Amino acid sequence: MHPAFSVIFFTTSSGAGYGLLALMGIFGAAGLLPADRWVGLAGLFMALTLISTGLLASTFHLGRPERAWRAMTQWRSSWLAREGVMAVLTYIPAGLLGLGWIWFEDTRGLWAVAGIVTAILSWITVVCTAMIYRSLRPIHQWHNDWTVPAYTLLSLMSGAVLMSVLIHLFGVDNNYIQGLTVVTLAAGWGLKTLYWGFNRRSKGLPTVNSALGIDAGDVSVLELPHTSDNYLMKEMGFKVARKHADKLRRISHLLGFALPLALSLLAMFISGYGAIAAVIIAWGSCSLGILVERWLFFAEAKHTVNLYYGATTV
Amino acid sequence: MTSLPSETKKKLGLVIDLDTCVGCHACATNCKEWNTGGHSAPLPDHNPYGARPDGVWFNRVHSFEVRRGNRPNLTINFPRSCLHCENAGCVTVCPTGASYKRVEDGIVLVNTDKCIGCKLCSWACPYGAREFDEDEGVMKKCTLCIDRIYNENLEPEDRQPACVLTCPAGARHFGDLNDPQSAVSQLTAARHGRDLMPELGYKPTNKYLPPRARKVDSADIGAPDELEVFKAEGFLGWLDTVLSK
Ligand code: SF4
Ligand code: SF4
Ligand code: SF4
Repeated sequence: MHPAFSVIFFTTSSGAGYGLLALMGIFGAAGLLPADRWVGLAGLFMALTLISTGLLASTFHLGRPERAWRAMTQWRSSWLAREGVMAVLTYIPAGLLGLGWIWFEDTRGLWAVAGIVTAILSWITVVCTAMIYRSLRPIHQWHNDWTVPAYTLLSLMSGAVLMSVLIHLFGVDNNYIQGLTVVTLAAGWGLKTLYWGFNRRSKGLPTVNSALGIDAGDVSVLELPHTSDNYLMKEMGFKVARKHADKLRRISHLLGFALPLALSLLAMFISGYGAIAAVIIAWGSCSLGILVERWLFFAEAKHTVNLYYGATTV
Repeated sequence: MTSLPSETKKKLGLVIDLDTCVGCHACATNCKEWNTGGHSAPLPDHNPYGARPDGVWFNRVHSFEVRRGNRPNLTINFPRSCLHCENAGCVTVCPTGASYKRVEDGIVLVNTDKCIGCKLCSWACPYGAREFDEDEGVMKKCTLCIDRIYNENLEPEDRQPACVLTCPAGARHFGDLNDPQSAVSQLTAARHGRDLMPELGYKPTNKYLPPRARKVDSADIGAPDELEVFKAEGFLGWLDTVLSK
């Protein structure tokens, strides 16, 4: 599939935003973060900015952005519509959480409930995003049981990496929070590695034979229907060379997971500016690595329409 | 509503004969011609006389070669258009309600006034039947010539899809596949019509008729294996001996 920058940016940015927002809700409600105006403002501002710019970016790739509101009407059947509805709903408890935290400097009682609801809705929104891809049967690399866990865990992970930056900037010394960052990085790395392994080994059921309804024989293209690339080829015919993809995967392993993991672990044992530098570099590196990961998620997805354009399997 | 109807009264669709299709592209050309003035008009046509023409077509004709071991190779011409699937994933993913499947006849359409151009439906179609209109920013697809088949301004015999009417080889057939007595259902049964990529569960309405067995050996056409040797006698025998020297 064509890796469109707007969609890659949207899923990574809003993924990190929802992860951070969920953690703000949970840690706030649990009293693990100080009920201090500036902590609340910084954390919620970061989370909601990432989410909102992500959502905005996702409307840029629409043919008719001015009609975007219509995209929420079909929540009964469409995961994209559900995502839109949940994304909008999440702003409500997040706003309440912000009101309590920033205005009243209180994260207990009803404000804590708002925090928990924010976390749950954030999580559901990310699940909806993942389900958009999971539900597409023509794309085997997405239509499998790894997509949803990987999306949600990577969202939590990139939110946790940001949370580490926040607590270090505000001098909140909490090894539970930093510990969670380390754990999610390790778990995210493991899960994504398994997911990549699954995609390397597994193929979709359709073949060029079933695409044509011709049972026996080796099928090859004799002539294409058109002399230059059409919409289908441009949108779904994207190919990335194995060598190239493997190099990018190594970059993603290193920047997205290994380096942030090492730096986050280090930050548990040092303090002061060294720790702040470590978590900030971890965040920068992780963001780049996840962008590469998301690029591969699209570039390596093989749509069944390719069976009509020379592929024998997908 | 992008939820699918639990059943449709009719299942209008096409039956495409891969045995007789000669790959002339007449159906694709006439489809473009009719539809650029029809329900989904206009269909973009960028750089039509240049080196890299581009545009929206609802029907594309592919050609494949099939190697079959020691049997002779086959050439398959393969027209590809919307199959008006019963279980149309392209419809259920649509967030706006622009894509829908009609209860009365099962035709899958796009309401271009509602479409936001998110392209998700084209991702959800396994068969590549939807093409994006860059000019209007909306998705377009085969309408099963809805503006012909019910068009009372046309003569009754002309109320058929443009691609079906124009095919010089009679390789395309239109009708109700829900009615076991219809000509298309009978043809499908007789020729073992196929669903494309049945493993994805989209339950396409359109059927493809696989090529008939090729006549390869002399026995296939009722001829003897070898011709009998002619043995001439008398004057002809003498002539044969002289001429064979
Ligand atoms: S062929 Fe594609 S566009 Fe047509 S109904 Fe089936 S899934 Fe939808
Ligand atoms: S491109 Fe249009 S018809 Fe297709 S899913 Fe999006 S809104 Fe629906
Ligand atoms: S039925 Fe009409 S719109 Fe569909 S492929 Fe045939 S000519 Fe084109």
